[in-house]
Amino acid sequence: MTREQVRQAILNIISDIAPDEDLGAVKDEEKLRDQFDLDSMDFLDIVMELRKRFNLEVPEKDYQELVTVASSVEYLFPRLKDYELVS
Amino acid sequence: MKYDAIIIGSGLSGLAAGIRLAMFEKKVLIVEKHVEVGGLNSFYSRKHRTFDVGLHAMTNYTPKGVRTSPLGKLLKQLRFKHDEFRLCPQEMSEIRFPDKVLRFTNDFEFLVQEIAEQFPSQIDGFQKLLTRIREFNELNLDDSQQISSRQVLESCLTDPVLIDMLYCPLKYYGNAAEGDMDFYQFVIMFKSIFMEGFAKPVGGMPYILKLLVDKYKSLGGELRMGAGVQSIVHKDGKLQSIQLENTETLVADKVISSAGIVETLRLCRPRIVGESDLKIGQMSFIESIFVLDRMPKEVGYDKSIVFYSTESRFKYRVPKGLTDVTSGVLCCPNNFHYPEAPSEGVIRLTNQANFKLWDALARSDYRAAKKEYRGRGVNALLTYFPDFSDHIIYIDSFTPKTIFKYTGHLNGAVYGSPTKIKSGRTPVKNLFICGTDQGFLGIIGATLSGISMANLHILQAEAKSEYGRI
Repeated sequence: MTREQVRQAILNIISDIAPDEDLGAVKDEEKLRDQFDLDSMDFLDIVMELRKRFNLEVPEKDYQELVTVASSVEYLFPRLKDYELVS
Repeated sequence: MKYDAIIIGSGLSGLAAGIRLAMFEKKVLIVEKHVEVGGLNSFYSRKHRTFDVGLHAMTNYTPKGVRTSPLGKLLKQLRFKHDEFRLCPQEMSEIRFPDKVLRFTNDFEFLVQEIAEQFPSQIDGFQKLLTRIREFNELNLDDSQQISSRQVLESCLTDPVLIDMLYCPLKYYGNAAEGDMDFYQFVIMFKSIFMEGFAKPVGGMPYILKLLVDKYKSLGGELRMGAGVQSIVHKDGKLQSIQLENTETLVADKVISSAGIVETLRLCRPRIVGESDLKIGQMSFIESIFVLDRMPKEVGYDKSIVFYSTESRFKYRVPKGLTDVTSGVLCCPNNFHYPEAPSEGVIRLTNQANFKLWDALARSDYRAAKKEYRGRGVNALLTYFPDFSDHIIYIDSFTPKTIFKYTGHLNGAVYGSPTKIKSGRTPVKNLFICGTDQGFLGIIGATLSGISMANLHILQAEAKSEYGRI
């Protein structure tokens, strides 16, 4: 996957979890929690969706890597780069 | 065939847990002993009418767009849109005592204003109480703390009538214990009824349950009806298997039971030591449904829900007789903001009732007793309201015995045991509980309970290799 695909995958997950949010206005460097109404239950879902969609386990100690879109892309890109998207 | 999880009970908490697990591709089976889903919040049909069981109104109502409330969280976690629940807010409800009336709506400020007008000496104390409520974390799953709500209320308010009036709806809509209420329960109920509010779904429980069942099945969840559990087999403190009443054995990594804590532990084989020490819930109710030949407003019933007491001190405990008619809940399902008015007028009346006495009645006496106590219940209403007896075209009543018969919840205790297990853990590893005995009450509460327990003990637990040793 390219970085852009990883970024889009993250946004797709967030839009499934919070369907009423406007993701077009997302700021990659700002905390997700501040931009959208995401609580700890939602963060659990992001982790669960990563597992479901990409068979990727995110250990609890790494949850902090997912606070912004930018940090999520940095964290996930090396772990997903061998994954090919079947569209 | 091994399941990732088996859920006992297809009520709201069981279905919600099932949806969460199926959503993340767990192989999940819900087993239900009855032929209908819903448990304590179900429905039944008589002739061409369908009646909800356990639902006067959903509490915890917040409008579309509010995402941090219990309802908002539930919708997100189960991936439903607010519109899909088709919730119609209440018009106005009231708490009616001999010398005082407090009205309230889904706008909390309205109640604050009523209290300022009806109890001017108490309003400062009430604001102090609100601060305590707002500061309190009622969702904390730590079982250790216990604070008496009565102590908190008496430290803020000095008028016992106001205290009783505030308790009346909160207890009727969610207190498992006789008398006092744990402060965290008080906060949960206070927020759900006063700060949030009431609504009814178009189509009632059948509609809501169908939404949940359809989603569950579309995600691959399995549901088996008429499949009661005979025993939960464990060994060396760990879950082994489930045996159904039809003798079939089912195996799963984890089991979440919504049957109730005592009911669940009683299913365990070998028997759990100390199981008999647990308190069984005692509070149950009789409810009568009156279908009228006109709308409730036309016979002088214009409120959505009325919580009343004909005596100035409100009592909430198992009645000494079959039923205590000195207080109760009156619900007029029509008085909600429906897009299309329901075709028939209905009034529902609920009073506190004694399971043991109802259960002990001989069959031949049972029916007569229902009629007798229904009549007494209506009579007590006449203290405050007009008589609608001439306009009744259909009546039905159900008692604590009915509730026990269809749900298996001991004593027909609709709010479960007074001892809640907030963590959802049992003495058996990989066996958990959800539902009213885990502690979140009401339709929204029970649903959130199922979601929370599935999240905590199954979905999240897999990320932590050391889970279970806590």
